[in-house]
Parts: sequence; C-alpha cells; structure tokens
Amino acid sequence: MQYKLFTLTFLIFIHTIVAQNDSTKIKRVPIDTIKPQLNMDAVYNRPFLQYGKTPVALGGYVEANTQYAVTDGVTEGFSFQMRRMTLFVASTISKKIKFLSEIEFEDGTKEINIEFAALDIEFHPLFNFRGGVIMNPIGAFNQNHDGPKWEFVDRPISATQLLPATFSNVGFGLYGKLYKPKFVWAYELYLTNGFNDNITGNDQNKTYIPATKLDPNRFEESYNGEPLTSAKTSLRYKRLGEIGLSYMGGVYNKFEEDGLTLDKKRRADIFAIDFNTTIPKAKTVITAEWAWTFVDVPDTYTQQYGNKQQGGFIDIVQPIIKKKMFGFEKASFNAAFRVEYVDWNIGTFNETGQNISDDVFSIVPAISFRTSQQTVLRLNYRYQWQTDILGNPASKTAVIQFGISSYF
Amino acid sequence: MKNKIVALFILILFVIGCRKIMPKSPKDDELLDGPIEGLTTQETAQFLKGDVAFNDDVFTPQNGLGPLFVATSCGSCHAGDGKGHPFTTLTRFGQIDSTGNQYLSSGAPQLQNHAIPGYQPETLPVGVGFSKILPPANTGLGFLDAVTDADILAMADPNDADGDGISGVCNWVTVPSYCQHRANYISQGGKYIARFGKKGAAYDLLQQTANAYNQDMGVNSAFEPYDTYTKLEVDPEVSNVTVHDVVFYLKTLKAPVQRNQNDADVQSGKQIFIALGCEKCHKSQLTTGTSNISALSNKTFYPYTDMLLHNMGSALDDNYTEGSAKTYEWKTPPLWGLGLAKNSQGGSYFLMHDGRASSIEAAILLHGGEAQSSNNNYQSLSENDKQNLIKFLESL
Repeated sequence: MQYKLFTLTFLIFIHTIVAQNDSTKIKRVPIDTIKPQLNMDAVYNRPFLQYGKTPVALGGYVEANTQYAVTDGVTEGFSFQMRRMTLFVASTISKKIKFLSEIEFEDGTKEINIEFAALDIEFHPLFNFRGGVIMNPIGAFNQNHDGPKWEFVDRPISATQLLPATFSNVGFGLYGKLYKPKFVWAYELYLTNGFNDNITGNDQNKTYIPATKLDPNRFEESYNGEPLTSAKTSLRYKRLGEIGLSYMGGVYNKFEEDGLTLDKKRRADIFAIDFNTTIPKAKTVITAEWAWTFVDVPDTYTQQYGNKQQGGFIDIVQPIIKKKMFGFEKASFNAAFRVEYVDWNIGTFNETGQNISDDVFSIVPAISFRTSQQTVLRLNYRYQWQTDILGNPASKTAVIQFGISSYF
Repeated sequence: MKNKIVALFILILFVIGCRKIMPKSPKDDELLDGPIEGLTTQETAQFLKGDVAFNDDVFTPQNGLGPLFVATSCGSCHAGDGKGHPFTTLTRFGQIDSTGNQYLSSGAPQLQNHAIPGYQPETLPVGVGFSKILPPANTGLGFLDAVTDADILAMADPNDADGDGISGVCNWVTVPSYCQHRANYISQGGKYIARFGKKGAAYDLLQQTANAYNQDMGVNSAFEPYDTYTKLEVDPEVSNVTVHDVVFYLKTLKAPVQRNQNDADVQSGKQIFIALGCEKCHKSQLTTGTSNISALSNKTFYPYTDMLLHNMGSALDDNYTEGSAKTYEWKTPPLWGLGLAKNSQGGSYFLMHDGRASSIEAAILLHGGEAQSSNNNYQSLSENDKQNLIKFLESL
C-alpha cells in the first residue's frame, strides 16, 4: 500500500516538474468567493493548480513546526516536527462529475492515509451522490482541517482526541445545498464502514473514539458488518454565520463471528454542534465546535472507561494589520486565542459519588503572520491543565510552538 | 532600524519570559514518585523502564487483560505511586485462619469484579468472609524490602513480654518457588517472614508484583501462569524482563520526604505521637541491611511502621485473613507519605485498609485492640494537641 502511494506521489511531482517547464501554463484555480461557503465545501474550496486545459488540478499543503514543551518542570527539549504534507488531486470528469483525492503523509512517512478519494455526481443541487473514501461530516473541523486555514499549530484536542479527526471511511451517501438570497442550507448523509472495539480496548486507558482509526482493515471491510451513519445539516445566514448540527453513530463492537453471538450490539453515538462567523466591522473570526459522545461500555468493564464524554473549542482570530508588508501584497498580522476542553468521562464514581475527572483544559494565545490566505507563520503558546480520573492535582504543560503552513 | 531594534528587544524579552511562563517542577517533598538517590546509570535506566511498564502500559483484551480483572494497568490503582481510591479497591475472601483458603475453587483469594466483553465477573460466594483492600502507596518499598528478618523479629513481642499491651507478630508464610530468600533469612517450620500487603502476607516485591499482574489485571506471567478464569496454565502475557523492571522500579522509588519538620506545631505533634504510644507500632526509624542495590544498603529511614501484625480489634475484623495472620490482625501500615495521600486519592482521604476513614482523626478513632489505649489517649487530648498531632501526621 505504501509503495503504491509513494509511486502516485512521485508521478504527481513529475507531473508538476514538467508543468514548471512552462510556468505560464500553470493557473491557480480561483476559489469560489461568490457563493456563500460552508464547512462542507472545504474539500473543494482549496487553492488548486491547473496545467493548461487539463481537467486535472493539483494542490496540497505542508505543515512543519518547532516546539518546546515543559510538563511539571520536565522538558524533553526542542523538537522539530514535520506534522504533515498533503497532496490533492481533483479531476473534473464531466460538468457534473468530479473526483477529488487527498493523500496525507503525517510525521514524515509514519502515517500515510487516503483521507479523501470520492466521486461526486450531481443530479440536482439538492441531490448529489458521493462515493468512495469520504470524510465523515462530524463537527466542523473534520472536513475543514487544512493547516493553512488555522492560526494554531495543534489541531483542537476535542477534534482529535475526543472526535477522531481526521476520520475517513469508505462509503456512499448524498448531499445537497439550497441557495437563497439570505441563506444557504445544506445536508449530508452517508453510510460508511466505521467503528471497532479499539474504542474501549486501547492504550489510552479510557474510552477513546480516535483509537478506532487504528484498525488497518477499515478501508477493506466493515469490522462488524454494521454501517456507520453520518449526517449533518448546516445553515449559513448571510450576516449571522454558519451553524451546523451533526451526528455520527453506529455499532462499534464485534457482536458475532461465524454466526455465533459474542456480545450484544454496542453503539457509539456522537452529536456535535459547530458555529462560525465573522463580525463585520472588526473582521473578528469566531469558530467553535462542541461534541457529546455516548458509548455503550459494558457494565462489566471498569469505570476507567466512561460512557459519556464531551468537549469542544472556541477560536477567536482578530486581524490586527492588513496591508502590504515585507513585499507581500495581501499580508496580515493576526492575534488569536483558543480555549478548549475535553472531559473523557462524565459521571460519578459508584463507590464514592464523587465526580470522575479525566479531563483537559487549555488556553492557546497566538499570533500569526499571513503572507496571503495561503501561507501562515504562527507563534503559539499553550498552557494546559490535565487531570486524571480521580481529580488529583492537574498536570500542567506549557508549550511554545512556531510553525509554518502553506498550500502549494 | 529603530523598529528592528524594538522587535529584537521584544523577542529577547519573550525568550527570557518563556522560562517564567513554563510550569515548574513540584517540590521534591510534594511528590511520591521519583527514584532514590544514588542509583547508577544502569539502575536509572532500569528504573525508567519499570516506570513506563508500571504507569504507561495499559492492558486490553488484545494484549492480555482478563478475561477477569480488577484494573487495566498498575497505574490505575496507584496514581502518582500514592494510595489508591475506592473505585479500584480489591476484595479478597475465603480464608479465616492459617489452614489456608477454602474457596480457591470459587475464585478466591481475590474477587475479579470486572470482565472483558462476553464474560461475567466473579461474585462473592454467599456468606463468605471478605476484606476490601485499598491499594497501598508504593513509595519507599525498597527500604522496607531491605530490612533484615532479624530486625523485624527483634521488634516482635508475641507474648507481650514487656507488658505494654502491644504484641506484634510476624506473618509466617510459604514462599513461592520463584522467590529468592533474603540474605540471612529466618525460617520457622518451613515458613518465612513476609512483609508486604495489608496482612503482610507477600514475601517480597516479586511475589507482590506477579500476583498483581495475575490477580488484579488477569495478566499471566512465567511466575504466576495460571489464568484466573480457566484455572489453566497459559502462556505468559507479560515478559519476565518487564516484571523484573517493575519490581526494580518499586524497589527504587524514593521514600516520601517529610515537610515542615521544623514547624513548632509539627514538632509538638511528634512528641504527642510518641507520648500516646503510637510509635510503639508505627516505628519512626528503621535501618536496611545489605542490598544488591547499593543505594539501599545500610540506610536509616523513617517509615513509621514495624512491619508486624497487630490485633486491631473487632471493628476491623473482616473475617478474612492471609498467611498466619488472624482475621483481626493487620500489618502496621507505614505512615510516611500520609500527608500526600489526598493528592493520589482525588482530594479526599480514604484511610485504613479499606478506605473507610475519611480523615486522619477518623482513622485514629478506628484503632482498637492493641491500639485501643492510644485511641483513648488521643481522645483525652486537648483540641490544640489533637491539631498538632494531625499536623505532624500530615507532615509525613
């Protein structure tokens, strides 16, 4: 699998190098700024490059950073991290049929994933068929995760450690949009392969939905023969912003094998709400997401594994200076702030009635310099309080990060 | 140029400021974990390996958990290497005297109260005697391990020859074949002096560790190869190397460091502690013998225990025991680290063998049997003296 992906990557780059021999033929595919955009449009709303009149557009982004972290006075020193490099290939097969793929290399080549590889067929603006490897539309971040769009080096904890961003699965589904002068409404509905027993059998010692991504066979077959349902509806009202309500759920355990019953069907269900807006005068951008998870953990299991979780984040980004700087025509200097929280185990101990903790809270002040919308240099400071299941004094971590991220 | 200088100045301030905005290490006397001083480089490396196995290794159905179990990792029961919490309390049952456990076929001695999916946890046989046992702190165990049998025996007074109302006896046990006897061990009728566990029935930290893997997590080793569910001998699910690393980690965890020992109230409290007779069992000072870990050899330390069994009265008699201990006898628990117990118990005290005491005072008032006179003495103290005694105990 890795060999094939390397070959594909190599071919893409050869193609790009050939294209560079005559750079006048390379065009930046303009981003649609006329129609109001939704989170779900993030997949296609990327700065692609097109060579001549070929129906194929290429793109990608890169993220790298350095960081210095200290936990309770102990540090492992400075690290440089190549978080990810992602390549996009989009193809317009016909006016109403499109294909897009997104291949991601994380931490060098430690993880290579097909994050998106789906064919979209438009029958009607309200009735589009999508099939292939899709990104399940839970919350906002999972579909709108490109590094250059964010002022923060780290992805939100709630998106990656409560929800399983970036989470993709093989499946089919429908989506559609309704445009009106004052609002746009959209829906998405997919059935895909989905969860597995890693949710309650993982090295995190907690109910941990992201562990479901560790099943290497999930693109090949369903773990338990039960489809995962993902659904989202979004509404963007012209001046107020976009609000999204989403759901993802299904059976996560292997309840039978060879026709023999092993356990009852156990579900994991996630509900999320997301919101984003831009305050018109100040141009302040606010992005927020909150999720609740409900997991049917066996009664015979330890309370270490919670059956209810919640968490989310709010990002506030304020442009401070927006003008030509250092020779960059559309540069901007921004201040940003993130607050995030995750509780992996909502409830009380059976024995004492006391609150079960197992939570994390962090604040991340940040500044960023954008040479354009496509390239960002960002300096983050994270301070984080992590509390164990018993609620003992929190472990405190501070991280200073400097990173770059850019579409190419 | 001026702007660049200002920018550089801000950058320098930021770099200097970074050191100030990073979380500092808690003071050494506020933590229970960390190695003893004087380990060699190789010993430090083994300590770190044991630390990872103890605190980071999580067992799942895929890597050996269960099928019956109590907890999923060592660290689940011993947060920060401190005392445990009632949610990971162990339940042991089925033995009422030194003739052994009569309920081995029913899952004794330990109730595995959790199970992986598809299995049912054990339940207590009707009418059986049982004890709830709170996980103890791990700190300073290497020092306790290195005390010689002769020193322990010298503190025993089985017939109360000195007439002070305090006896103190050793728990004589049969030692598993995989345990090595200590240097200059003392035996009696083929039995040996044990010293770990609430009943003091585990001979050494290898037995304690191998039993914990097996009985607490359902993880079999070459030392304890019998599965708690099938009762069959099965392949090891944890390597000998890992078990030895964990044993080494436990042996080389530092002893708790006393705080505020120069405080006048604390010093007064210590005198009251001695005057009440508490120190007759909670011996303040012990000395190690020779150890193959040189940092543990011939050291004086301050655990506040005599490692002996004492009659604690009928209120603490659960009708369950281990080894040669009577059902009403409990090993004197070390008091070091007592003041930090709340930091590993979620902010509340859960004291005594089963966590039934929610304060130090409640724990004192639960002392009966040989400790009844100390309890009575405590109750007759002035409020100020009581407070000083508590302050002293919290300083440990």
